[in-house]
Parts: sequence; structure tokens; C-alpha cells
Amino acid sequence: MIVGIPDPWIAAAYLLSICGAVICVAYGIFNWNKGDEPVGPEDLQWAKEEKDEIEAVL
Amino acid sequence: MDIFTLIALLIYLFAIGYLGYQGYRQTQTATDYLVAGRNANPVIMALSYGATFISTSAIVGFGGAAANFGMGVLWLTVLNIFMGIFIAFVVFGNPTRRMGHHLDAHTFPELMGKRYGSRLIQVLCALIIFCLMPLYAMAVIIGGAEFIAPVFHISYDAALYVFAVVVAAYVIAGGIKGVMLTDALQGAIMLIGMLFLLIFTYIQLGGLTAAHQTLTDLAPNVPASLAAIGHRGWTAMPAFGWAAPGSTGGEAVRYHLWWIMVSTIVMGVGVGVLAQPQLIVRFMTVKSKQSLNRGVAAGGIFILFMTGVAFVVGALSNVYFAKHEAIRCTIVEEQALFDPGPDGKAALTRVQPDAAPEVLARAKPFVTYRLPGETEAQPPHSLLKAPSVKIERGMDGGMDIIRPGHIAISRTVTLGTTLQGNSDTIIPRFINSALPKWFGVLFLLTLLSAAMSTLSSQFHTMGTAIGRDIFETLGKSHSTRTVLITRCGIVVGILTSIVLGKLVRGNIIALATALFFGICAASFLPSFLAGLFWRRMTRPAALASILVGFATSAFWSVFINAKTATGLGICKAIFGTPTLLTDAFSPTWAVVDPLLVALPASALTAFAVALLTRPMPADYVAYCFGGPKPRQ
Repeated sequence: MIVGIPDPWIAAAYLLSICGAVICVAYGIFNWNKGDEPVGPEDLQWAKEEKDEIEAVL
Repeated sequence: MDIFTLIALLIYLFAIGYLGYQGYRQTQTATDYLVAGRNANPVIMALSYGATFISTSAIVGFGGAAANFGMGVLWLTVLNIFMGIFIAFVVFGNPTRRMGHHLDAHTFPELMGKRYGSRLIQVLCALIIFCLMPLYAMAVIIGGAEFIAPVFHISYDAALYVFAVVVAAYVIAGGIKGVMLTDALQGAIMLIGMLFLLIFTYIQLGGLTAAHQTLTDLAPNVPASLAAIGHRGWTAMPAFGWAAPGSTGGEAVRYHLWWIMVSTIVMGVGVGVLAQPQLIVRFMTVKSKQSLNRGVAAGGIFILFMTGVAFVVGALSNVYFAKHEAIRCTIVEEQALFDPGPDGKAALTRVQPDAAPEVLARAKPFVTYRLPGETEAQPPHSLLKAPSVKIERGMDGGMDIIRPGHIAISRTVTLGTTLQGNSDTIIPRFINSALPKWFGVLFLLTLLSAAMSTLSSQFHTMGTAIGRDIFETLGKSHSTRTVLITRCGIVVGILTSIVLGKLVRGNIIALATALFFGICAASFLPSFLAGLFWRRMTRPAALASILVGFATSAFWSVFINAKTATGLGICKAIFGTPTLLTDAFSPTWAVVDPLLVALPASALTAFAVALLTRPMPADYVAYCFGGPKPRQ
């Protein structure tokens, strides 16, 4: 019986949900300053086209 | 609707409109941040992604499924966090971003088409999306309407039209622009709403452990129809097993619920989230992997509170309805008779005074009542008069008090539903009944937020599927007509979803959502993943995989899966039998989700055909993975 839930599969889902969120937070904090890349010309080109396309539709 | 609700709604719509307007004038969208070469705030980015992912489908539809089937639905939360956030952001996000920018792809079909150098693949993906996404949009709209109807005391149809107008106005006013602050405001409202819901529910039911224990003790109250298919209580997984071929009666259906819960509800969405076209393109709007890393933290928390709370509260609503609900009302009739039809499965109708003896014999007794403030012009509410129902007349200031003592799904049985009830109305009923009025207003805004951010991305995806992916691809050039076609596609998407929402109501939200997610997974996931990571993947393999995945899903849904096959009626019309399953097969096959068959089939097809066909030109593959564009 965990947190009033007798079925271990249900208790596991309850706890894994919380653990999953904790792992996500830990990952985010650990890698907070990793992976930055400069914006290249094709990134800018993509963004401008995306913006133009959406505004054309509106 | 009272003045308090109206004022709150107007403030919310003004705030959304104001932020949208500010965003329109300033650099507030994800692409604006990208243009400026800046990272958007990671919390805002994650809230924006979460608000697009989570909708009324999750909260109302799957929350209702959890109320009906139990906490086993929490396995979907586990998958949503590990797959929908962690795997999606950490593993797929950056390769998708890089490839999308390098190939200049702005939609999922375009990404697939350019990766494999195939207009056919682009058009095929777009057709699948355009034809089937209305199913998902319909589910979201129904979720909104099922909540608006009781809050505003209007009919479901009227709520559908009101909701459609609000959504259309939001989309037209720029909702598809995806102003991040607007999305983030909606995400924040959703988070606060669900947090309050969780805290209130546990307090109302005596604390975390006590609430779970009481829910466990309710196991004997599982209706016979659900117990027969394996339901063992709301804090237990359904019975697991596989019926022997040729089984009949109770043996044939004993393990049905496990396969419905795990293969459709949990895996359909839990795996399908990785192949959602409107979510995949979001990864292209971030500046770098750093944004994705930071977004994982907020995303994990957000999904836990959206889906985890919805499913836990959904299951716990059984405790509230069975043990705590007390309706302060004016009873109209203590013994109204409703007819469930000759087979007991028809929508309940009022028995007329001159009804035939066989109708009177099969009629069920209901209590009808009006709530304080309702007039005689409004039709009364009704609830099934089971032995658990206790009535106290003239108690509270002359009002009557009804203590139904029902479990959640039984509480939804009323005029217009079948005797099996409508799980899509459980969460709205729980919110309106159990929680303070002001929370009902907050939750209404929560649901509106969830729905509008999801719907606007869906309609935009449908519009670009027709405009950019099909029309422009077949026409070989961009033109102003593309914009018109895209707008038409958006309008057609909205109208189709509303019409479907009117025609298909009742126990449908979770099923329709899982069906759409499952078909996307089977059709797109193998070729999408292979396209991102496997240079040996070929164009014929991608095409074959998409066709096999889609065709297998379609065949299984139309001819094998009992729920969809009998609902569509095509198998019966052609072959005279509800499904093609014979006694040679286990009856459990009838509840296996198409995903479990179609996804392995499309994955194997992708792998086998890739190895059997000539590799794509080396320079083109190098281009897809960051190299220079080959000369034509």
C-alpha cells in the first residue's frame, strides 16, 4: 500500500509521474547553460519566411 | 449565467485580446525571437508548447475516462512526461529544428517531402492531416461545449455554437500567430486552475491517503457492465489477459478493459504525441538546443499538473459523487419514468402517460429537480433513482436535498444519454457540483485557454496542409491564391469540427483523440524518426511506411476494432457482420488498438524497404544533414 493505493501498478504510475517531472526539472537545471548556438543565416531566413507566411494568412 | 461569471469572462477575453494586439504590434512570437537572434523565456516557451499540447480533450475527455476506468489512466501521464516532453525535447527537438531550418520546411509534410525529395510524400502527409485532424479538433470542441453548457445553463448545441464563435474570433484575431505571451498566459491560467483543483479535491475528500483509501473501498460499486470487462476498482489496473479463440459470453470480454485502457488510451496518445504535426513544427521556432534544455524543466511540471491532476481528480470524483454529493434543489418528480429503448441501449426519452405496457415495464425511475434560481421555463435536471438515492424533503429553508450516492459515470445518466452515461460530462459535473462557484469560473477560463491554444494550432495546421502542402506543391509555385486556400482550409477545418461535434456526442473525446494520435503515429513516426537519424533511409521506404501505417490503421478501425467498426457501420454494410473477427480469433482482438498492429507494420516496412531499395543520392542525404544543397 503506497499513498493509500494497494495496486503496485497504480502506485507505480502515480510515483513515476512525479519522478518524471522531477527528472525533467533536474535535466533542465543541469543543462540550463548548455547547447547555445548562434543564429545562422538560414535560421534567420526561416524565421522571416515563417513570420511573413502567418501574417499573410491573417 | 450570473454577472460574476460574465465579468470574469470579459476580463479574460480582454486580456487575451490585449496581449494578442500587443504581440501583433511588437516582437512577441517565437519566430520574432528567432529573427532577433534571442532565446525566448524558457518558461514561456514551455508553457506555450504545453498549452498547445494539452486541451479540453485531456482534461475533460481523458479526465472523464479516468473517472470511468480508474487511475490506470495515469500511465498516460507517465508517457506524456517521458515521451511527450523528455524524449521529444531532448532527442528529437534539435535535429528537427536543424533539419527544418536547413531544408527550409515550415510544416511537417514539407519537412518530410524535402527530407525525401518527394512531393508525393508531402501531399500524402498533408492529405492525412487535413482529412483526420478534424477528429481531434472535434474532440477539443466537444470538451469545451460539455463544460460551457452546465456553467451557462444552456443546451449542448447552444454551447457548441457559442464556443465555435469564440474560437473563430480568436483565430481570426490572430490566434494562429501564436503570440507567446498569450499562449503563456493561457498556460499559466491552466496551471493555476489545475493546482487549485487538486488541492480542493484532496481537502474536500479528507486528504491524500484517506481519499485514495475511500476510492479503493468503492470497488464493490463498480457497475456490472464494467466489472464484466475487467474493471476491478478505481485504484486497480483492470484484469490482464487474453481470451481464448472462440470464447463466448463473459469469458470473451473479461480482459477487454485492460486492452482499451493500455492500447488505446495510454499508448495511442502516449506514443502518438511524438508524431503530432502541429507540435513537431514548434521545435523549429526555438533558437537552439539550450532553449529546449531549459524548456524540459517547465514542460515536465506543466504536463504533470495538467494530465496528472485531471486523471487523479477524475478517478477521485467517484468518491465525491458516492459519498459527499448533496443537491440542494426543488424536486419536480420523485418517480419520473424514462425509456431506454427495447435493447436498453437507446438514448433515454420521457415515457408518455399513454405508453404501451412493454415500455412501462422496461422504463427506469428518475428523480427530476430544479436548482435554486432556475425557472419553470427551464427543463428540470434528472438523475437515476437507484437504491443509493436518499431524498430529504423541505429541509434547508424549504428546499429539498437529494443525496444520489452514485459513482461518477452513473451520475451522468440523464435524459438524452443512454443508461451507460456519458463520461465526457463527468469532469464538468464534478467542477460545478463539488467546487466553489468562483472556481467554476476559473476552471471555465482554464478550459477555454486549453482549447483555444490547441485549436488555433490545429486549424493553422489544417490550413497550411491544404494551402502550402497540397495546393502550392502541386502547383509548383507560391501565389496569392495559396493564402486564400490556406484561409479556406482553416474555415473548412473549423466548420467540419463543429458539424462533427454536433453529430457525434457521448463518450467520444478520449476515443477520437486517441484514434487520431494513433493514426499519426502509425503513419508518420517511423519515417519521421528514420528521416532524422538514419541516412540509409530511402524515399520508397518512407512512402511505403506511410501507406502501410495509414492503410493498416484504416483497415483495423473499419473492419476489426469493435468500437470504431460498429460506429462507422461500413463492415456491416459490406459484409453483414459488425467486424471481420470470427471464432478462429480471440475476441480480445476486437479491443486491440490499431496502433499496436499498424505501428510495427509501418516500422518494419520502413526498415525492410529501405534495405531493399537503392540508397538516396549521397549528396542529397548530406544536404539533408547539414551539407550544401546539391546542384540540380
